[in-house]
Amino acid sequence: MIPEIGHFALIAALMLSLLGAVVPHVGIRRGDTRLMAMAEQIAYGQFLMAMMAFAALTYAYVGSDFSVMNVAANSHTAKPLLYKISGVWGNHEGSLLLWVFVLSLFSAAVALRGKSLPLRFRSRVLAVQSALLVGFLLFILLSSNPFLRLDPAPLEGNGLNPLLQDPGLAFHPPMLYVGYVGLSVTFSFAIAALIEGEVTPLWARWVRPWTLAAWVFLTAGIALGSWWAYYELGWGGWWFWDPVENASFMPWLAAAALLHSSIVVEKRDALKSWTILLAIVAFSFSLLGTFLVRSGVLTSVHAFAVDPERGVYILAFLALIIGGSLALYAWRAPRLSPSGLFGMVSRESALVLNNILLSTFAAVVLVGTLYPLVLEAVNGTQITVGPPFFEYAATVLMSPLIVALGFGPLLAWKRGRIGKSAQILLPAAIISLVIFWSVVWSSTGGLVMTGVGLGLGAWLIISVFLEISSRTKLFKQPSRFFKRAGRVPRATWGMSLAHMGLGIIILGITISEAWTEEVLKLMRAGETTDVGGYSFTLEHVSPIAGPNYTAVRGSFLVEKNDTFIARLLPEDRVYSDPPMNTTEAGIYPLVRGDLYAVIGEYAGGNAWSVRLYFKPFISGLWLGAILMVVGGLVSLTDRRQRIGAPAGKRNKASSPTAAEA
Amino acid sequence: MQGYRRYIPLLIVVAIFALFLKMLGGDRNPKEIKSVLLDKPVPVFSLPALYEGKPSLTEADLKTGKPILVNFFASWCVPCRAEHDNLMRLAHDQGVPIIGIAYKDEPQRSIGFLEELGNPFVATVKDRDGRTAIDWGVTGVPETFLIDGDGILRYRHWGPIVGDSLEKRLLPQLKELQ
Repeated sequence: MIPEIGHFALIAALMLSLLGAVVPHVGIRRGDTRLMAMAEQIAYGQFLMAMMAFAALTYAYVGSDFSVMNVAANSHTAKPLLYKISGVWGNHEGSLLLWVFVLSLFSAAVALRGKSLPLRFRSRVLAVQSALLVGFLLFILLSSNPFLRLDPAPLEGNGLNPLLQDPGLAFHPPMLYVGYVGLSVTFSFAIAALIEGEVTPLWARWVRPWTLAAWVFLTAGIALGSWWAYYELGWGGWWFWDPVENASFMPWLAAAALLHSSIVVEKRDALKSWTILLAIVAFSFSLLGTFLVRSGVLTSVHAFAVDPERGVYILAFLALIIGGSLALYAWRAPRLSPSGLFGMVSRESALVLNNILLSTFAAVVLVGTLYPLVLEAVNGTQITVGPPFFEYAATVLMSPLIVALGFGPLLAWKRGRIGKSAQILLPAAIISLVIFWSVVWSSTGGLVMTGVGLGLGAWLIISVFLEISSRTKLFKQPSRFFKRAGRVPRATWGMSLAHMGLGIIILGITISEAWTEEVLKLMRAGETTDVGGYSFTLEHVSPIAGPNYTAVRGSFLVEKNDTFIARLLPEDRVYSDPPMNTTEAGIYPLVRGDLYAVIGEYAGGNAWSVRLYFKPFISGLWLGAILMVVGGLVSLTDRRQRIGAPAGKRNKASSPTAAEA
Repeated sequence: MQGYRRYIPLLIVVAIFALFLKMLGGDRNPKEIKSVLLDKPVPVFSLPALYEGKPSLTEADLKTGKPILVNFFASWCVPCRAEHDNLMRLAHDQGVPIIGIAYKDEPQRSIGFLEELGNPFVATVKDRDGRTAIDWGVTGVPETFLIDGDGILRYRHWGPIVGDSLEKRLLPQLKELQ
């Protein structure tokens, strides 16, 4: 019964969305405020229905109702409760339902929080959101219905891919989806602005918190996925430039560019057309990210549910949304005339440079992801584009970005002076150059790129620190630091934290890439191996039983100078439903780096093949990502973003204190 | 963006979707890696017979003047069981000569496998360490290769010959050669 209620809720949501996609436009056409205001009620209704459908599917999963085909195909009674719940979105149909649920959640949030928006604009935005919902709901109901029944119901389900049975991955998809779908709000704002034919600084202010929230969730989602890869796949890698990883990285880059360009729109009324384009592109990347891998076009470790029928629908739907919005853009963009002018050296220019580099990087990642496909289409040859391509592009494009990033926040709006900021940043430049040369010199030129990475990371972190201290006059008047710091807007603190996070990530990548120590060997119980100055002793290997798997667990005693550091317990698990092997690395994070052990196959004669790593400062990756997320959240709590900034207060908002942000 | 430049994003997207549409058509499997040996002579090899006393096999034996199939199989491979009926049908109804290569398998088990399901092969050899399979570019069993009368590799069937892949993929290739 419950699954049928979920099914009906989906149909009801579709009806509401059809209504919501049309009625507001009619209302605006007729100047009927009642019809316009209906958009809000419809948004709440959609949310309610989508929530019911999602709850119904979750109920079926938690109760292991195998008469529901989707549950039978993806769940199992022996699974722990957490994975019964995460199984809801661990498959094609369920994850689409999650998409719809989050999309309707955002629509309802716009209806609720958007009271300060003019009624006309708000109903346009909600109408675009409804139109998106129509597409997704149709797709679910026509080709990916999670509520289809199975008769007779099987006694047991097929189980969830064991690789996905992991706490990191239980929350990775929802985070990512909130990020992807959050960009739909930005998209809807852009489309509404194009229809209205007007982009104002106020528009940029409205759209910013949504972009920021989406970016925060994307950052967290990508970091979680990367962390999962690091400890679950068992060879110490954390990023593989896999098509699906790229697909989540491209919207992140576009969203990051959008965050910066919308500042220029807000402060200086410039870059309007570009910002609108970025908003469309960011959401298009999100759509590609979610759906390209399911269409059967690309191959990837993430490709679940490959089905040509669905592929055609997905492509048609995406072509309609992306192509339609870009056609609208081509038609309407000439109306968006720029008004703010700025000099070559200015905050605006720095932000433009940021945008050029970030979007070029996104474009390069897109090209790298699609190039194998192009080549296969043209002459049938098959190639893969590997990490070297992407790493080269990242280094070439991100290095100037990091250098400019030090200057950007110190430059004044409209016309800045490079000399003044250079003076402030001189210590950062000296320190990073010293680091670069000492690395290159001590390795006799062997580690040039490591030197560059360390130099850039140090430059960024120190220049963020110098920027804060010059803003608060830390060195000139230390006694008044806290008073001044309290007056710095939270958005600025958020910026500094996020930039600092980026610097730490760069250090984490560079140090762990350059100085990771790795040992692959056969070990018997009682034997000891030295890795990175730590001695790993294999104490014993013993079989253990989990709720739905059996495993062998190695026990490594890690010591340094005969003092106990940690005990690592890596496992090699064999799941029964479906039958599959997974590795659980044993990891112990130290301040200096991670101790990382993997137990592999039994090699005969009491020996096991093991892999032991010492990965210096790899925690910098997660720490930096956390700082970015915290920075985004701090910025979200800024007063200017919480208050919708009614039109009358515009002058106050652009007063000197605010303009510093 | 003014003038014609404002159409650029749209054009790029149209091109990308045209590409997707093209790659979605047909029965392309994105996971399949094409063989680099197509239209080249089969790699040099020499394998002992699976059954005691039978002659061993080399690449020269494949130049029979008629198209011939080479099938890599193993008793431990479940998809090989699935395609076995089709191999039997090919051998008996269509009279296509098939050579079986037992891949990384205990000889006794391979023999048992063929006794249980029937033997469609005109000759069966064993590749115990999988060296020959590597030379042939086999990525997993089962895989079936179509060799023409001159010993040139003409087609690789990736994965089991099940469903409509016999009628739609393998047989047309075979007909073309005959």
